[in-house]
Amino acid sequence: MAGALSWKSRTVRNAVLQAVFVAALGTLIVLGIVTTRANLAAQGLTSGFDFLWKSTSWEMNFTLLPAGPTDPYWWYLVLGLMNTLFMGVIGLAGATVLGLAVGLMRTARNPSVRLMGTIYIELFRNLPVIVQLFFWYTVANSLPPPRQAIEAGGFLLSSRGIYVPGLAVSRGTTALAVLFGVLGVAACFWILFSRRFRALDAAPRRRLMLTAVGVGMAAAALVLFLGLDPTAPWLSLPQPQGLKVQGGFRIQPEFYSLAVTIITYGAAYIGEIVRGGFKAVGRGQTEAARALGLSPWQVFSRVRMPLAFRAMLPILINQYVWLIKATTLGIAVGFSDFFMVIATSINHSGQTIEFIGLLMAGFLLINFSLSSVLNRLNRAIALKGRQTGGAA
Amino acid sequence: MTSRFALNPRRRLLSRLRADYFGSLPSGVMTLLSVAFLLWIGWTILDWAVLRASFSATARQAECVASGGACWSVIAARWRVILFGLYPYEEQWRSALACLVVIIVIFLSCLPKFWTFGRLAATWVLGTALFYILMRGGVFGLAPVNEQQWGGLPLTLFIFVATSVLGMPMAIALALMRRSDLPVISRVSGLLIDTVRSLPLLSILFTFAIVLPFMLPDALNGPKLYRVIFGGALFFAAYQAEIIRGGFQGIPNGQEEAAKALGLTYWQRTGRIVLPQAFRLALPATINQFVITFMETSLVVVVGFVELLAAANAAFQTGEWKFAYVEVYAFISVIYFSFVFGLSRYGAYLESRMNAGQRKE
Repeated sequence: MAGALSWKSRTVRNAVLQAVFVAALGTLIVLGIVTTRANLAAQGLTSGFDFLWKSTSWEMNFTLLPAGPTDPYWWYLVLGLMNTLFMGVIGLAGATVLGLAVGLMRTARNPSVRLMGTIYIELFRNLPVIVQLFFWYTVANSLPPPRQAIEAGGFLLSSRGIYVPGLAVSRGTTALAVLFGVLGVAACFWILFSRRFRALDAAPRRRLMLTAVGVGMAAAALVLFLGLDPTAPWLSLPQPQGLKVQGGFRIQPEFYSLAVTIITYGAAYIGEIVRGGFKAVGRGQTEAARALGLSPWQVFSRVRMPLAFRAMLPILINQYVWLIKATTLGIAVGFSDFFMVIATSINHSGQTIEFIGLLMAGFLLINFSLSSVLNRLNRAIALKGRQTGGAA
Repeated sequence: MTSRFALNPRRRLLSRLRADYFGSLPSGVMTLLSVAFLLWIGWTILDWAVLRASFSATARQAECVASGGACWSVIAARWRVILFGLYPYEEQWRSALACLVVIIVIFLSCLPKFWTFGRLAATWVLGTALFYILMRGGVFGLAPVNEQQWGGLPLTLFIFVATSVLGMPMAIALALMRRSDLPVISRVSGLLIDTVRSLPLLSILFTFAIVLPFMLPDALNGPKLYRVIFGGALFFAAYQAEIIRGGFQGIPNGQEEAAKALGLTYWQRTGRIVLPQAFRLALPATINQFVITFMETSLVVVVGFVELLAAANAAFQTGEWKFAYVEVYAFISVIYFSFVFGLSRYGAYLESRMNAGQRKE
């Protein structure tokens, strides 16, 4: 047919339109790459990933594992990623606990309790998060210098950081112990939600879960015990000494001001999600539970909480992904998260494109794995089939 | 118990209040504790911020510390720096006027009378142009002021307005492309949206501010401010496109099919049938997105702009006022809070107004 090839045919028009679109996009990308290469060549830089094995010659100010300026770039990137995940785990856990408390206050029957929850949420949700971060960081830096540090129950509060009593073990040992502990808890959750263990009865499954946690914790304790320095006292207490503080475990202002910000800010949003979840639990469910003679605690823990959790989980997943991204704020106060390591590396090495690629890959990886884990959890607890009446 | 007093409204109110506040022992304890806590917080703030505060414009550190309360003298001494940054001192009336323009634009677009595409577009484009002329100068006898000297509240507002004005058309384009029948176009747009959404805004701002100059030929390399605004607009567009897509999904298929049956072209269907309804459905989420965008303007401090937050930081970091950081943060917090809280209350009001027809009971 002659008409099939004419401009009036929709198929031809669509194909041409898309071809033009792809061509334009391709040209843009190629032009970008060519310009970048030209610009980099003008500065005497070569593209490629060889630089990953060069040493960095600068220092990270917060690492979970030992690192120094002679270490290569790839190690710094791994450490940065670990810092982001570490901050993310602390932030998400803290924000969830505090957010649950605030959300429950918001759903309380008692109006004065409700008012407290409302004030909290409106205050923390309506101020830009970076303003809050700068505020907490300034507060942290305005604490007295180490010489006049405030002492409270073995803790030392100073502008150099908060010093807490710590075990006399190396940083690597602590990291290994924490890893074992986390593995135990993760195995426990896996047993709780995986289909493989669905067939088991409640009692053996619970025993299995407790065993997993117990083994993890025991391994962590063993690692810590073996890592103790036999010559020193096992608990090291912080002591002000001249201009510095000796002993103890130092929590840097950069770290805890960011953690406080993410926890308090995230809690305001999570509080609203929690409230929405509880609002979605039908009155009938609660009334039926009460009519069956369940105690108020049973009504809460066996009926309202699980149903509310099911309703809020999808929104909570988005919020978690968002909070993980908020850890990049660390660059504003100097917490070396993944993004700050990338930014500093670009400044020092000039390998712009490669680092931006790594940055995107890193965040896609984090977000994708977090949301896929949580989405599996969501599928495991979501209502099966097309019933919608239950929670609505 | 309630039924006995059912006919007496006052007694009924009293018994309900008693049931709410002192219904059980734990509830009563919680009431007493939370009321005591709120009173204590309220009193502490009142005592600090008003009763023992120093308001004198000439007071210095010694007097302020002696009074034991807030030292509002720092605001009296430094408010020009906080609000207008490095903008030339004699020209700061232009900054103030420019802020007023933006506030009027925001206020006007909150009025339902302005909710037509033409009026909204005209208001925002005119407002932005007026703002730009006032700030940049160089015409009508106004002395030119470089973008590098802009700072404080006007810069915050400018970044917000420019991001929105630029981002909204991009969002509409992305959303339309994503629902296009052409597979390549919808895939590419979907990929772009999902990639941008999974990246932190800070990394996008950083890329546009510092990395983009490497990737563009010199001719396309505008001032850093506009590159950062473009990055922010892209981020805004990726989120807003998904909000609009949510609106699209709320429109029954029959609407577009009927429009097709009437012989309307694609642009007529989109402009007259689909988009207006999608926007109506997406309105609460859109306002929420504006609120978030306003708060996110403060992130540009990381790539070196002296907007409200950075100007405030500069205002107390001069040694003399170092102790008075709480007052400075309280001052800018009130500014941010009034914008954000006002907008989000307005969004909640709109939502309840729109749902008035569907409300049960």
